[in-house]
Amino acid sequence: MDPKSDAAEDPARNAEFEARIARGESIEPKDWMPDRYRKQLVRMMSQHAHSEVVGMLPEGNWITRAPTLRRKMGLLAKVQDEAGHGLYIYCGTETLGVDRHELVGQLLAGTAKYSSIFNYPTLAWADIGAIGWLVDGAAIVNQTMLAKASYGPYARAMVRICKEENFHKKQGFEIMTILSAGTPAQHRMAQDAVNRWWWPSLMMFGPHDKDSPNSAEMMRWGVKRKSNDELRQRFINLTVAQAKAINLTLPDPELRYNEATENWDIGPIDWAEFWRVVKGDGPCNRQRLAARNKAHDDGAWVRQAATAYAAKHASKSEAA
Amino acid sequence: MKPDESRVTSHESPDSQWPLWEVFVQPPGGEPHQHAGSVHAADAEQALQNARDVYARRGEGVSIWVVPSSAIVASTPDDMGPFFDPGNDKPYRHPQFYKVPRGVRL
Repeated sequence: MDPKSDAAEDPARNAEFEARIARGESIEPKDWMPDRYRKQLVRMMSQHAHSEVVGMLPEGNWITRAPTLRRKMGLLAKVQDEAGHGLYIYCGTETLGVDRHELVGQLLAGTAKYSSIFNYPTLAWADIGAIGWLVDGAAIVNQTMLAKASYGPYARAMVRICKEENFHKKQGFEIMTILSAGTPAQHRMAQDAVNRWWWPSLMMFGPHDKDSPNSAEMMRWGVKRKSNDELRQRFINLTVAQAKAINLTLPDPELRYNEATENWDIGPIDWAEFWRVVKGDGPCNRQRLAARNKAHDDGAWVRQAATAYAAKHASKSEAA
Repeated sequence: MKPDESRVTSHESPDSQWPLWEVFVQPPGGEPHQHAGSVHAADAEQALQNARDVYARRGEGVSIWVVPSSAIVASTPDDMGPFFDPGNDKPYRHPQFYKVPRGVRL
């Protein structure tokens, strides 16, 4: 749909809407909004919710093999948080008039997108550290910005999520700190994980601004406050010093400090790889979708039992 | 992966998503209950348990209310102006309206 058609549909309301965005007001579920704003939010928020849910899979892979009880408890709590984050955002998306049921159906059918980062495998324990540090670190940069989004329910979900993500990042960084300072084999494992997760983490921010039409529209509407490239740069600048502090190298021979811009410049991102994974040909796309479907199907009896239990109690209280 | 359209329909009827409940959590320290979000649940008991797991994993609450979303009656943005108007034109309801002698601490 062409964004201009909304304006043509109802120019006065559209002007008032744009004015509210300009004043920094929060848009709430019952407020009038252009169709295109609603549709783009449903797309963006449901993809975000799906990402939280699929994000449980690479980490869940290591719960039974965590090296200590302390690590196992931390990882369990983190994976449980990701489930919660998915639910916060589905709940926010439902305020736009779409059913969670429908969104979950799209995820399971393979017609919905989620963050490509979760289509990479977790090959070693250090990957859990690298995910917490880099993937959650990148997510925090993005979500801190989204906590000021113009749509109230989305912004409020992000505030809640940001509070919890700090624990995720910190536990990941602790894992990396200890492995990096451990035996030579442990250090190699940590470095190998960084080598594999660094570039996909940078891709999490999405295509360059010039190649991201959705992003420009979302910025005009105050859903996003900063561009993909700005957020990516912020993440890089934060992470360089962290890697140095724990004696790990970011796998980019072209990484260097730019005195003029006061930013860390990076080498070229492999966008062919990014699009390949987005379009379904990453290392684990099929596996992730199969695992989600299996979990959903295996849980059917629980949902049926809960429904039957509720029905039984409802009929009992009616009889009484 | 090739999208499997049949999945979407196969998830529709036998697997409904249950009613929606709004969740209000009271933080420790005597503050009032505050809206936290919503959950789907088959009944009130499950709604409370889901609300605890989703919105109070870190001691955020000392009490939770769950209310069927359909039971909530809300004002609408369209009549926001006239609806709140009676409260907006009465400056004498605010302390700043009243004058007291200078230098007196009240």
